[in-house]
Amino acid sequence: MTAPALTVHGLNKSFGSLVVANDIELVLPPGERHALIGPNGAGKTTLINLMTGMLTPDSGQILLGDSDISRLSPDLRVKRGLVRTFQINSLFPHLSALEAVTLAVCERRGIAPAWWRALPAYRDAIEEAYAILLSLRLGDVCTRPTRELAYGQQRLLEIALALATGPRVLLLDEPAAGVPREESAELFAAIAGLSKDISILFIEHDMNVVFRFASRIIVMVGGRILVEGTPVQIATDQQVREVYLGKRHHV
Amino acid sequence: MLGPFVGVLFDGFAYGMLLFLLSVGLSVTLGMMNFVNLAHCAFAMLGGYVTVTLMRDFQWPFFATLPLAFLSAAATAVVFERALYRRLYRASELDQVLLTIGIAFISVAVAAYLYGTVQQPVELPSYLRGSWTLLGVNFGIYRVFLVVTALVIALVLGLMLEFTRFGGTIRAAVDNQRMARGLGIDVDRSFAVTFALGSGLAGLGGALAIEIVGLDPAFAFHYLVYVLIVVSVGGLGSIGGSFAAASLIGFSDVAGKYYVPELGAFLIYLVMLALLMWRPAGLFGKR
Amino acid sequence: MASASSAFAPQAYLQAQTRWRAVELAFWLSCLLPFVLFPNYLVLASQIAITALFALSLDLILGYAGIVSLGHAAFFGLGAYSAGLLAKHGWGEPLSGLVLGAVVAALVGYVSSFVIARFRHLTLIMITLGFGLLLHELANKAHWLTGGADGLQGVRMWPLLGAFMFDLWGFTAYAYALIVLFAVFLVTRRLTNSPFGLSLRGIRENPVRMPAIGAPSVAHIRKIYTLSAAIAGIAGALLAQTTETVSLETLSFQRSADVLVILVLGGAGRLYGGFVGAIIFMVARDRFSGLTPQYWYFGIGVLLVAVVMFLPNGILGGLARLAAAWRGKAT
Repeated sequence: MTAPALTVHGLNKSFGSLVVANDIELVLPPGERHALIGPNGAGKTTLINLMTGMLTPDSGQILLGDSDISRLSPDLRVKRGLVRTFQINSLFPHLSALEAVTLAVCERRGIAPAWWRALPAYRDAIEEAYAILLSLRLGDVCTRPTRELAYGQQRLLEIALALATGPRVLLLDEPAAGVPREESAELFAAIAGLSKDISILFIEHDMNVVFRFASRIIVMVGGRILVEGTPVQIATDQQVREVYLGKRHHV
Repeated sequence: MLGPFVGVLFDGFAYGMLLFLLSVGLSVTLGMMNFVNLAHCAFAMLGGYVTVTLMRDFQWPFFATLPLAFLSAAATAVVFERALYRRLYRASELDQVLLTIGIAFISVAVAAYLYGTVQQPVELPSYLRGSWTLLGVNFGIYRVFLVVTALVIALVLGLMLEFTRFGGTIRAAVDNQRMARGLGIDVDRSFAVTFALGSGLAGLGGALAIEIVGLDPAFAFHYLVYVLIVVSVGGLGSIGGSFAAASLIGFSDVAGKYYVPELGAFLIYLVMLALLMWRPAGLFGKR
Repeated sequence: MASASSAFAPQAYLQAQTRWRAVELAFWLSCLLPFVLFPNYLVLASQIAITALFALSLDLILGYAGIVSLGHAAFFGLGAYSAGLLAKHGWGEPLSGLVLGAVVAALVGYVSSFVIARFRHLTLIMITLGFGLLLHELANKAHWLTGGADGLQGVRMWPLLGAFMFDLWGFTAYAYALIVLFAVFLVTRRLTNSPFGLSLRGIRENPVRMPAIGAPSVAHIRKIYTLSAAIAGIAGALLAQTTETVSLETLSFQRSADVLVILVLGGAGRLYGGFVGAIIFMVARDRFSGLTPQYWYFGIGVLLVAVVMFLPNGILGGLARLAAAWRGKAT
């Protein structure tokens, strides 16, 4: 049996008296797509921040494959393959989509420190970036500055940037946030089509999407993992119905 | 040995209180809006020139000019805030720096045009001149007056911030601007009021400073450095922090110039850099 | 649409973006004009070239990496004093003086970059300002070494390459400054078109996102800051050598503020912005040299307010927008 792609063990974090992560245990097997759900303020984004090193946990361990990455800086965690996207677009407004993705590819390939050769000399990196953009159907707009792209295209660019880093584990923070429902299905189809070499944990509020794409669901409430299970288990779980689905009976 | 030391301590504290008056407004407005206002001391300078003009050309008594120094700086600040600053709240800090340096340059030029580059004299009323001697230590009466004034103002500001509704608004905005907006607080408007108040205090400080450090067009830049030091050491948006930092800087500066004159201002810059690297959010800053 | 995108060649597209343009060639050729058209103004021309080089060094950190510095004159002054002191103490060979100026400034830049890279916003502005003031005060107090407020006297330069004397009309000075400027420009142009240059623009555009795509921003910033300091040092050394004196003013806040004004006026983040700004600023200052300094700074102040309010990307930014609008109308 191979090691899980991502393991979180005994993770704690509090701001003063506010506990935002309470003894979090989490296992993401290779190639799986798990969903992280929970009401607003449950600590889902905070958990991503903790795992990626943007926040420092008070205690706990984060393993990527077999190796402990708890003490690595955020950029080194990305280099090891733990990559996230942002709920609110965090892009490079004046770079074209092609430049932005090429930038991420260059950083991964370790050619970003090179300042004595012009960028076009790195044909492979540019072609790779373009291929990623094509795969997300951003090829036609790749020379436009990011800020001129439609919102839905910017959401796709978020994912393109993450893919360019060569992720083993992808943490998607509400990838379809703010995207109209018909486009969001398309976006998730693109995510579902990603290579099975990439394990994915995604935060999402739309239960239709969650039940369709996730093999397992993790429910967070108040900084704690309430319950974890298959979609069927979660749908029938009494606790979940009370604290979470109780408010939204559209499932 | 102790006598001179107490004297230096007192002079340093008095100088620190002056720095407090000059910088407290900038500290609070910076904390609220993160707006880098390098023209802050231009408003202080305005207060100084108002006092000089009223006393020299209109024979006003010193004390009568002080409210006007406050009001004129506050009123001018409101005009600038509404006309220019307001548009740059969400701009980059570079734009804010450039705009406010530009305004400071203009103020220096205007002051030089109207008053020349010479130091402006101020004729203090006789009861503020001279000094008291206590246990062999000289206490300049004007400095005592300065300390008392600053203490009263610090107390009033502190109480206002703590206990009034307006103070609560400011604290909320300093703490978390987005949250404050979310709670329905009109941050922009309370900022305008705070900005006027802070600039007014700077104007008052400018008027009170003449007797201690003089007044010429270079004031807008020379004391800006000190004010920025106080603000960054004290931490943004903190009245207590500004007070402590101003006392500390005032004392270090006076003591440094008294005991190791060959170092000059070197010491104060060194203290500032060391403190900033040690605690980038300032001694008392939360962020 | 599908056929159009399959025909698209991303590498060729990016290559086309970095190609030399006719305007650029015209600009560099016109830099030779002063030799024939304004032979009486070659001293001014050399000072413009030096200022342009200094502005170029600031553009690397401000325009490309988004680091605001209010104390960049520190490196300019370090280069000037290093080259000046070397020549004063018996070694007047110009090129080795340039190298020394670059190395000293780069060393100090490298050490301070560890601090610079950790901070942003107001703290960064304060640290650069404080560092500049500190160095200025240090040079002021170290009278035995720098001559203090009187400036460094007795700098004697040997002929350039052993053949070209520094003449009173500034012929050698301008040729020297222009060649150095062009050489450094070639390096920076290559740098800004490189993968590293792209990473710098990434830091300027979104410093928060950079670590999330695996970019070591701190290492990038340290590198560009050191390089920028070295170039500022070269500019300072050039000034010391061509004027055969070093004044305390080379380290002053005024010089830091001036170069910021020059860069922003011309347009930051496009290499040529500092050149355009330097030409306008220096020529204007020469024209108005009869004016008292206060009135000069009134003009600068009004200019700053106007640029921030109406011309956010400087003159070149405004021209680029105009050109884009023109093209848009044409098609």
